[in-house]
Amino acid sequence: MSEAALKNIIVCMKQVLDPEIPLSLFRIDPEARTAIPPKATPPVLSPFDESALEAALQIKDSQDATVTVVSLGKKLVKAVVTAPLAAGADQLVLLQDPAFDEFNTQLTASAIATAIGRLGPYDLILCGLQAADTNSGQVGTGIAGLLGVPCITAARKVGLEGDKVVVERSLPDGHEVLEVPCPAVVTATYEVGSLREPGLEAFMSAGQKPITTWSAADLGMEPEGANRFEILTMETPVHEGRCEILEGASAEEKASQLLARLRETKVI
Amino acid sequence: MEEQTGNGVLVHCEISDGRLAPVATEALGAGSRLAAGLGQGLSAVLIGSGVGEAAQEAIARGAAKVYVADAPFLQDYSTEAYLHVMQTVVGQSMPAVVLMGQTPVGRDLAPWLALRLDTGATMDCMALAIDPDTKRLQMTRPVYGGNAQAVQVCRTDPQVATIRLKSMAPAESDEARQGEVIDVTAAIQTPESKVTTRERKIEPAAGVKLEDARVIVAGGRGMGSSAGFDQLGELAALLDGAVGATRPPCDAKWALDSQQIGITGKIVSPDLYVAVAVSGASQHVSGCSSSKVIVAINKDPEANIFRVADYGIVDDWKAVVPALISSLS
Repeated sequence: MSEAALKNIIVCMKQVLDPEIPLSLFRIDPEARTAIPPKATPPVLSPFDESALEAALQIKDSQDATVTVVSLGKKLVKAVVTAPLAAGADQLVLLQDPAFDEFNTQLTASAIATAIGRLGPYDLILCGLQAADTNSGQVGTGIAGLLGVPCITAARKVGLEGDKVVVERSLPDGHEVLEVPCPAVVTATYEVGSLREPGLEAFMSAGQKPITTWSAADLGMEPEGANRFEILTMETPVHEGRCEILEGASAEEKASQLLARLRETKVI
Repeated sequence: MEEQTGNGVLVHCEISDGRLAPVATEALGAGSRLAAGLGQGLSAVLIGSGVGEAAQEAIARGAAKVYVADAPFLQDYSTEAYLHVMQTVVGQSMPAVVLMGQTPVGRDLAPWLALRLDTGATMDCMALAIDPDTKRLQMTRPVYGGNAQAVQVCRTDPQVATIRLKSMAPAESDEARQGEVIDVTAAIQTPESKVTTRERKIEPAAGVKLEDARVIVAGGRGMGSSAGFDQLGELAALLDGAVGATRPPCDAKWALDSQQIGITGKIVSPDLYVAVAVSGASQHVSGCSSSKVIVAINKDPEANIFRVADYGIVDDWKAVVPALISSLS
């Protein structure tokens, strides 16, 4: 029996407009059919992708593993995309090109798969269930399809046991545990847990960790290929503002007003 | 440019206890409207074990053709097996549009199906329409955490879309409708899959499940502690409801991750949604906006949640929630 070899884990993380940003700060460019990044609110890493990184770090807690984070975007903000290094990732690969389009999942998957192909052997690729901006949830499957490896979606727990990936996922009425030989792609849900706070050691060494940046040309790609989707319109949803405010001298009065209304309308 | 190669609408119908799941009747409703827009036919595909009765139900709800794959190994969802059935049926029926529910099954199946068919999938659609001129499917879905809605078209056939639960009117049932059942089981082999199931456990949920709850009481950042959520639990129990949360309380561990409602959590549409100390970030609102009645309790009259609520109380939840509990007890 040989000792367990060093495992290579790749985590795909996307820089997105903060999905929790208040509607009052959110603006759309209707011509470009895309959001205008607000100056006051910096972008964040997509929350599901943070869970994917947390899943990788949980594996690294108990066995020898190298965690490589791959981020792709038009214009990456260094303070945002380097945060995984402080959280405990070992190296960062940035795929940055003005031609990358966050709404082109096909191109995104293909650029990431190409980059992963160049990084050498890997055991596990983790992605978030879906990106917080496009909400599309297809890059994980897309990478798996291009690399010819299996993909398990919506994991709530991910483990590496020898040369197998073991995945727990929620079902509507329970859960299941699946296993698949390495290498494989797994997408993570928020159930994995939130990303840990940076530890002192990882935080101190983050500045020394390697960062590689590749453009589309570096990847040998011509990203001008058309997106198979065309976005026709993008608008902020209009809420009709039909709210009836229940008045009263005290909280008790307002509460009984509310219950009376709900009973009148047979809601309760 | 646009490849108009397909014909008709194919709906993947999920089965629940031998009958069509509610989302399947909604998908058939959407499917029949789209089929009418295309001037083409509506078909359904049923995958599972013992799905014969549901096939008749699909016909009653408008499917002219029902493809059935019925075998014990199809009882539970597995990517490869279901994908194999879908590819087989798509190969036979060559649809222009394929619809399924935005459920754990649809979320997994739709992107894979699109990939195998070299087309695109659009997830979590809240509205679907056929462009009268181009006859392409226009799909409306939330983007940027629900702060915006995009309408998009896919240039390749079949155009695969998943629909958000309770966002589309279900198909009416008419027992007089006639249709054809096409059994494709013989064409399906147990596919080779690298993924194996180690265990599958049914866990009865404690109390009412969020997805099924008729009433949901949800707390936001303003709850301030897990003790606040205990009070919401008390209120929810009096209303026969379940407790949900926005993202910040889950991050702070006042609530469980499984209680999170929003685009990054669960999408719910109960009859009554009581949002307590919830600011109303789009990320959250997008997960509950199809609730029948929304009540907002927040001391900030400017809170965004009042823009989507039907009834509002502007006051401190610490006074309102105990008052509600004592009136209901």
